Amino acid sequence: MAITDIKEFAHLTAADIESLGRELDGIRLEVEDSRGIRDARYIRRTIRAQRLLELGGRLALFGSKYRPAWLIGTAMLSVSKIVENMELGHNVMHGQWDWMNDPEIHSVSWEWDQTGPSEHWKRAHNYSHHTFTNIVGMDEDVGFGILRMTRDEPWRPINLLQPIANVILAATFEWGIALHDLASARELEGADRRQLNSQANKDFARKVFRQVGKDFVLFPALTGPAWKSTLLANATANLTRNLWAYVVIFCGHFPDGAEKFTVEEYENETRHEWYLRQMLGSANFNSGRVMGFMSGNLSYQIEHHLFPDLPSNRYPQIAVKVRALCEKYDLPYTTGSLAKQYLLALRTIHKLALPDRFLRATADDAPETSSERKFRDAGAAVVETLRTDPVTGERRGLLWALRARAEAKIASRRRR
Amino acid sequence: MGLKNWVEAPAAAVVPATRSKLNWLRGAAARLTTPLLPDDYLHLANPLWSARELRGQIVEVRAETADSATIVIKPGWGFNFDYVPGQYIGIGLHVDGRWHWRSYSLTSPPNWDDKLISIAVKAMPEGLLSSHLVNGVPSGTIVRLATPTGNFALPDPPPERILFLTAGSGITPVMSMLRTMNRRGQLPDVFHVHSAPTDADVMFADELNRLHDEHADFRCKIQLTRSEGKFALSSLDEVCPDWRERQTWACGPLPMLDEIETLWRDENIEDNLHLERFAVSRADTSGQGGTVTFAKTEKTLSIDGATTLLEAGEKAGVLMPFGCRMGICQTCVVPILSGHAVDLRSGKQHAEGDRVQTCISAAAGDCTLDA
Ligand code: FES
Repeated sequence: MAITDIKEFAHLTAADIESLGRELDGIRLEVEDSRGIRDARYIRRTIRAQRLLELGGRLALFGSKYRPAWLIGTAMLSVSKIVENMELGHNVMHGQWDWMNDPEIHSVSWEWDQTGPSEHWKRAHNYSHHTFTNIVGMDEDVGFGILRMTRDEPWRPINLLQPIANVILAATFEWGIALHDLASARELEGADRRQLNSQANKDFARKVFRQVGKDFVLFPALTGPAWKSTLLANATANLTRNLWAYVVIFCGHFPDGAEKFTVEEYENETRHEWYLRQMLGSANFNSGRVMGFMSGNLSYQIEHHLFPDLPSNRYPQIAVKVRALCEKYDLPYTTGSLAKQYLLALRTIHKLALPDRFLRATADDAPETSSERKFRDAGAAVVETLRTDPVTGERRGLLWALRARAEAKIASRRRR
Repeated sequence: MGLKNWVEAPAAAVVPATRSKLNWLRGAAARLTTPLLPDDYLHLANPLWSARELRGQIVEVRAETADSATIVIKPGWGFNFDYVPGQYIGIGLHVDGRWHWRSYSLTSPPNWDDKLISIAVKAMPEGLLSSHLVNGVPSGTIVRLATPTGNFALPDPPPERILFLTAGSGITPVMSMLRTMNRRGQLPDVFHVHSAPTDADVMFADELNRLHDEHADFRCKIQLTRSEGKFALSSLDEVCPDWRERQTWACGPLPMLDEIETLWRDENIEDNLHLERFAVSRADTSGQGGTVTFAKTEKTLSIDGATTLLEAGEKAGVLMPFGCRMGICQTCVVPILSGHAVDLRSGKQHAEGDRVQTCISAAAGDCTLDA
């Protein structure tokens, strides 16, 4: 079973967790205090660049009968949609820019270029996902209710289709998100799914109508004889955005090392343990400035989960400090190349499509899910006795324990 | 819903209903620019082209005294110049990455001709925005505006006999009234007492003198408080014997207004009195909390400095939006209409015009929420 006792799993005492939490609070305060004109300029420039890109792309598509114009227009529109979705929509709605007190760049009023209404998304994402991150059964983003992403969930025959479901989800990601969010909006309203005229359904329908109308009817119609190629271009841009968003999200949550948690863990959690859960539950991928920007800085998923409402342009700088903290407390900092992280996620998707009898590892000790139980064989006292290395005096914690176990496993396999 | 309504719908909230053709165009454009509005693209070309919200551009900053200035603003699309002299306006200014909001009296007479408005600002010690406006704002700066409001206003036509009692920057709304009447050539019998510490502190001194010279009916008494002491209301009988029959407008520091109010009540003529209380409310930093008013539901509750605004709302029976209750989801964000709140995590102050996360904010003195 997933983690029930985060203290034991992290090899930290209550006091450790508190001091770690205080250090993280310190990072938050530092960033809050230094937010200013440069950050404001960053977001306003990003907004301007995105709008110009979109305008340019739409204009270029008037000539979309000609191949180069089609390519340029489609590329511009794709990039614009990606930026709009990741660096703008996602981050603005997290309240990252609310400190500017600008009514036009505010979580309360922002609407994004996606099928689902932003109100629905904020409920499902900002609230459910970010509060109950990776708690199996509470955070519906674990597999989005379609994929089985942890052995804690019982296998069902439908999971055999997981590889296909995954591809469909990737291609239609915005729709997957929209329906997912709609369900939680309905739940909030207390409306039955068969009640067609519920507010949630109406808001959803209105948004879908406008989105689809714009990309698939109005703009193609406007370009007249080029309507077919414009339609294709718009569809391509949406598809590109979907695939990219999907990859970024999956790399942030499903590579090995992004831990899952139980409801028991959540119920006994302190505020500082919440931090720790966010840290252990997310994964980063390596990125330079361009990749960071294009992913809405969600290549810093760990930092984002620790501080979802701090400005995204600060994540790289926060990451340096978080990394140092991980080192200090001997905690893993899960990261890797985009390809590696995605392949790990993909492996889990395919592996867990199979019934349990084909799986070797248990929910306590598998690459994608583990729990404190996997260390118990070494004795519960492990935390106390092994805190410092008797020879070097170095601090020992979770990372050390994970390495020790991995080495022991390899050794025993060799012996066999 | 007819076709016309359908097309106009997306822009309905942002364009005055009087301009139907424009609405139609905007609505149609909004269908294309969804989820944004055409405005969001028009901004790219000209920041004043916004119908989503009022904007303006500062065209001139003119010193009045050493620590006060007149700011002339050219409002953008959609500004209604039919305000009433004496009203004030909300102005939002971008300082260090944040938008700050304050209210200032309009000093300009309502005027559709040159399409300009003006406010007069006195720099307050520690007043971030006022100092910035008086000492540092370059012309050309784009500001946000809120529609003129307030019922400290001059009726049209003005009453035949008027008494103005002002002090310090309390003269600003009255200036708008004077200018309006002067402009319309209908300056009635006005007696104006204005107090300022020294000669150099008298805002609009030249203009007051000119009015005095040009209009026999306009009498202005300047009281220099540092040398002459406070203006004694008891001397009204002497300097303006018919004060009881005059419609009176008063604006200045709170103690002065309180004194005036008491006197008018004692004389049973409070119907003649119009007051503008421009108290700059300050945040109470003692951590004692305060009284929270929920404007929409008209409920109030006193809370200590540790109770969150969200809890306060729930206790008072107000339907407050909430989610995580720990400051991460932004579900609970509500605007402050007046007063101050403090972020319990960081200790940061929030003032009027800010939106706060109610689940992690407490009252810093009395405050009113838009909930
Ligand atoms: S309820 Fe989530 S931020 Fe206040």
